Amino acid sequence: MIRFDAVSKNYPNGTTAVDDLSLELAEGGITVLVGPSGCGKTTTLRMINRMVEPTAGTVSLRGQDIREVHAPELRRGIGYVIQHAGLFPHRTILDNIATVPLLLGWSKKKARARAAELLELVGLPAEMAKRYPNQLSGGQQQRVGVARALGADPPVLLMDEPFSAVDPIVRAELQAEFIRLQKELHKTIVFVTHDIDEAIKLGDNIAVFRTGGRLAQFDTPERLLAHPADDFVAGFVGQDRGIRRLSFVKAAEVPLRDGPVLPATTSVARARAADEPWVLVVDDGRRPLGWAAAADLPQSGTLADASLVPLGHTFSLVGDSARAALDSALLSPSRLAVGVDADGAVIGVADAYELSAVIAAAENAGGGGQ
Amino acid sequence: MSDGEPLVRWDWIGDHAGELADYTGVHLRLGLLPVLFGLIVSVPLGILCHRWRWVYPPVLTVANILYSIPSLALFMIFVRYTGLTEQTVMIPLTLYTLSVLVPNVVDGLASVPEPVRQAATAMGFGTVRRVVQVELPIAVPVVIAGVRVAAVSSISLVAVGQLIGQGGLGYYITRGLQLDFPTPIVTAIVLIMLLALATDALLVLAQRLLTPWSRSKVTSS
Repeated sequence: MIRFDAVSKNYPNGTTAVDDLSLELAEGGITVLVGPSGCGKTTTLRMINRMVEPTAGTVSLRGQDIREVHAPELRRGIGYVIQHAGLFPHRTILDNIATVPLLLGWSKKKARARAAELLELVGLPAEMAKRYPNQLSGGQQQRVGVARALGADPPVLLMDEPFSAVDPIVRAELQAEFIRLQKELHKTIVFVTHDIDEAIKLGDNIAVFRTGGRLAQFDTPERLLAHPADDFVAGFVGQDRGIRRLSFVKAAEVPLRDGPVLPATTSVARARAADEPWVLVVDDGRRPLGWAAAADLPQSGTLADASLVPLGHTFSLVGDSARAALDSALLSPSRLAVGVDADGAVIGVADAYELSAVIAAAENAGGGGQ
Repeated sequence: MSDGEPLVRWDWIGDHAGELADYTGVHLRLGLLPVLFGLIVSVPLGILCHRWRWVYPPVLTVANILYSIPSLALFMIFVRYTGLTEQTVMIPLTLYTLSVLVPNVVDGLASVPEPVRQAATAMGFGTVRRVVQVELPIAVPVVIAGVRVAAVSSISLVAVGQLIGQGGLGYYITRGLQLDFPTPIVTAIVLIMLLALATDALLVLAQRLLTPWSRSKVTSS
């Protein structure tokens, strides 16, 4: 889809922004370019729409050398989103979104109808159409920036740190929205960020750059975390990459055991007989009620009479990752993670040590937990 | 001024109302056409200066030197070529506006945020289209601020043109001095001030209409 062939960018002052880059980006996926500042990731991105011209090598898009296409024309077919949205302050939100369709010569009516659709697609209310950019919050502006980039439904989207200028809560919101959008749209997206967590969260593939514009590793997030190519990549992905890798292992793969799970109707005597420091008390639908400490059990009666310690949180075998399972174990008073099914009924428990076995399992499977 | 003569004789104003209106019209033309011409010259010149920064210092220096030449001297120079005509007044006044308008066009273009310029390029605007459709509209508030200064100073300078017989309402000032009669002088001064104020008010209004986006700063976050 997008292909870099021995591409370099050198500046007259002697600095090298990109050094002999060869890279092929797949159609319909999110490729994240990540690295420290000055590693050439933004330069690489901008070479795709000819905002920067390479000094050597070729960039091609769907097999065609992009130098053969008139730059403004090329750009109208490639969406572009930047950090500070860069909305046109003198145009209404609707007209901002209609920019590229209008440049392509659509009628005003058709362009605005399309813009109204996109406004809805990015989750903004229709009454924002008539406002001006400075009447919107940063997060809202960024949404409009995405809508504007999607204006003429381009197959390729370039995004240069689009979410890094907003606060963490809004950023998480925008990221989630972005993942939802991409599931719908299947664009070929090139995404630049300096934030490795964002890269791992969003990327189907990640290209890690090192200072001096050299590609250090190009891989899936799972393999990047499991098998960093060298010390630089290992350092860049961070100390806690072992824990982060658990995000890619589905909770369903976690080995669970039955554990001390007892209904509230069980007599205290029977609970003692289990000989466990903690028992998990469940209702008649096996939904967890809380942990009861063996030492604090009442003299007689049933577990319904026992004082329960809250669960922390459970993890779902349906939607969660092994990372959520591990977190659940660490927060649990009994140090046991509680796995539940779609109805919230307890399937089993596991402690942190048992959970760590899935890492080994993933390793043996070739570093992937797809 | 002879004793007993009042500062303003209202009956004189009433008798000369029609003539005063004519001269007011002439004054407005002499004062504002130069601003229009100045703008027509300044916008492309400003765009050039913004695009090639090395052009800007020499252009600004020339504009400022022109501005420093006393209007009387400039009128006398142009009398040689254009005679005792309205052009002789309007050409110098046009040149004067440049020292205000060119910097304001340049500043206005510089006020366009870099992300906006980049986004426009990346959307596929060609250079000319980007300047006309994105950069100039965003520069409008700063440019109009310059137009306001140029217009007010131009309107007040017109009166000096009376030295070559083309001064608009300035006519009444020399007339009043010759006749030792204050009414026309006071009337002319008041009318010139009113013209300047009205023009300024209209320009403020024009800016509000042209740039509804610049004042709606109600940020919800």
